[in-house]
Order: sequence, then C-alpha cells, then structure tokens
Amino acid sequence: MSKLHAYRRFHPGTQPEYDFPPYASTAKRHPTQPLVIVPQTLSEITGPVFDTDDLKPTDNDLTRQHKGEAIGERIIISGRVLDENGKPLPHTLVEIWQANAAGRYPHKVDRHDAPVDPNFSGAGRALTDAEGRYRFITIRPGEYPWRNHYNAWRPAHVHFSLFGRAFLTRLVTQMYFPGDPLLPYDPMYMSIPDEKARVRLISLFDWENTVPEHALAYRFDIVLRGREATPMDDSPGE
Amino acid sequence: MSLYASGSQTVGPYLHIGLTWLNTTRIAGPAAKGERVTVQGRLVDGDGAGVNDGLIEIWQANAEGKYAHPEDRQKKALENGFRGFGRIPTDAHGNFRFTTIKPGRVPGRGGKLQAPHLSVTVFMRGLLKQLSTRIYFPGDPAIAQDPALKLVPAARRGTLVARRRSKNVLEWNIVLQGKDETVFFDF
Repeated sequence: MSKLHAYRRFHPGTQPEYDFPPYASTAKRHPTQPLVIVPQTLSEITGPVFDTDDLKPTDNDLTRQHKGEAIGERIIISGRVLDENGKPLPHTLVEIWQANAAGRYPHKVDRHDAPVDPNFSGAGRALTDAEGRYRFITIRPGEYPWRNHYNAWRPAHVHFSLFGRAFLTRLVTQMYFPGDPLLPYDPMYMSIPDEKARVRLISLFDWENTVPEHALAYRFDIVLRGREATPMDDSPGE
Repeated sequence: MSLYASGSQTVGPYLHIGLTWLNTTRIAGPAAKGERVTVQGRLVDGDGAGVNDGLIEIWQANAEGKYAHPEDRQKKALENGFRGFGRIPTDAHGNFRFTTIKPGRVPGRGGKLQAPHLSVTVFMRGLLKQLSTRIYFPGDPAIAQDPALKLVPAARRGTLVARRRSKNVLEWNIVLQGKDETVFFDF
C-alpha cells in the first residue's frame, strides 16, 4: 500500500497576487480576507480524469473546424506538460482559446472593430500523450485593444487551461509570443512578480517543429505543481 | 530536476469560447445513488453586483465517499460513468445552479472522516488565479467535527455551509468581498 504524497506549495514570486491595481478589474474581485491554509486531503489530490472519448479528432486543429480555411498565419503550438519534479504528465486535458488573426473573439462582449472570421472559432483541446506532449495547429492570434487604461493593448496570446492529476493542480494561464513589444506594458503579463517566472509564459520559436511551406512553430512547456518528496503523515487513500 | 509551477493568468472575459464545451448543470447521472440536491447561488463582487462572466468548477465524491480517481484506493463501489466533475458558468445576473447527489464522507488526515462537501474552484475576469472553497451541507452532524472547518475562524464558517431553501434545494453564495466574504482556502 503505497503512501500518498501531498503537492508542494507555490514557489514565492511565481504567482500573481489577487489584488493587483494595474489590472483594474481585480479591485472588486479579490478576496480581502487572508486565505485559510488547510492540509491537503483526498479531496484535493484527486481530480477529474478525461480520456479520448471526450474529444473529437479535429479538436486540436483550429484551422479545420469549419468548411472554409481560417484566415491568418497558420502556426503549430506544441510542448510538454510536466510537474515540478520534471516528470511528464500523460493523458491530461489541455484546453485553449484565442482571438483570430485580426484580434477579435467570436463573443458577444467583444466590441473591437475588427472582422470576425466565420471559419475560425478559436477554441481547441487535446490530451497529452504518454510523454506529456500536446500539439495544436492554429492561427497566430492578433493583438487587440482593451479598456483597462488609456491606449491599452493586449499582447498576442493564447489562453491555456489544464487539469493535471489533481483538483489542486488546476491551472489557467496564457501563452505569449517571443519578441512581442507589448509585453512590458501588459498588466496581466506583468502580474507575475518574478521575471524568470514571467518569461516562462513566452513561447519559444521552434524551428524543429516547423513544417516547410506550411507553418511556423512555437514551443510552450507548462509546469504544474509537483509532489513533495516525503509522503503525507498518513495515507488518506487506503 | 526541480522546476517551478507556471504562473497563473486570468481566464479573461472570453472564457466561454474555450470552456463551454464541458459545461454541465447535472453532475450526477441517473445511475448515481444518493440524495439528489439542487445547489443554487450567486457570485457577487465587492459592490454586491452579480458577476456575469464567472465560472465555477465542482469536484466531488459519490454517495459512498469515493472519488473517481486512481489514487482513491478505498474499497468502495463507484457507479459506471460517475466522474464527479461539473463546470457551471454564471448567468447575466451572476447566478449559477446545478444538480448533483450529496457525497459521502471522505477521509482526511490521520484517517479522520471529513464532513460531506463539494470542492469548488472559482474563475472570472479580474481574478489572476483561481479561488478554492468548499460547500458543506446544512444540518449534517459531521460539520462540527470537520478538520478543515475547524481551521476557519468560527464567525466565518457559515459562509461554507449552504442554506436549505426547500427539501431538495440548497442555496450557497460566493461573496468576494466585505460582510459575509466567503472563506477561500489555500491548499
């Protein structure tokens, strides 16, 4: 009967604070009382399990979800999902969503004056393989304005949502593109205090995975919380 | 090799595009045993306004207190097709509503049983990382001995216990700030 291992706490500086004034919407939406620290139990170290039955074959190819061709620069985004101990996370769900090439979301609250592409919905999902690898084919998203402050623009980004093996390893993040001049002005990107942790949200240009005469490629590895080296003082799963 | 977990970022206002496909308001299918309940509530911000672009996720055990997960090695039965996961968006007024079964008691640290609860994760624009909380069931005698609730200041414990509106309908609200601010956990 193997003992269960709890998950490590976040390393200081790697996660944003809830109250972050440069991002105006945090003002009325952050808790004002301190979080209550409680030990992890079976309720937190388990979480939903997904499999291939949950997905359709075109779910990871955002350029082929409609009759016509999506407009914009076709790109490949791939990478690995690992835990903090460097172990790959196999068969875990990765969900993405993004704006189209013009920086527009097909969403009723997006009022940006840029064209909607009827052949691009901007949503995809994939399960990682046995080595924790995932791969999406999509369109490079455009930058777009938002109303956080005067002349505010979001850098090009892709939203990522992951589960990992536990409800407490759940992560929603955003992937950015190398060399984007908007990054230092973006409150969301800048909400990660530690510079090294921030930079890890920028994908790498991925020459090896480019497809000649078809698509450039970007690599984005994602790290979820890892296990403690020593087991919990007892084993709630037995 | 030791790495650090990637930084969290907000779901933003367009979360529905990527996340709606997994929405469900019925967490337990017809095969699931146990007491059926509807949970309804409202997600409200610091001005008391409903959050119309929020999303909650629920994770729970079945009526026997067993999770549909390989690391739950308790010798208890699990119904076919029981996953125990729900993703529910808030509506234009910040309201949410789902049906499920009341879970059984699951073990905590030291083998001590916890009171029946639903684990809840909250996402929304303006939230740079998710919030974690729990829903407990009103009138359950196990609440008084629940190890997690005991760590919550007594005056705030009530925010984690749903109120009974009718025989099978519970109300539980998520208050982000101010009086009756919901307790959020750091696991």
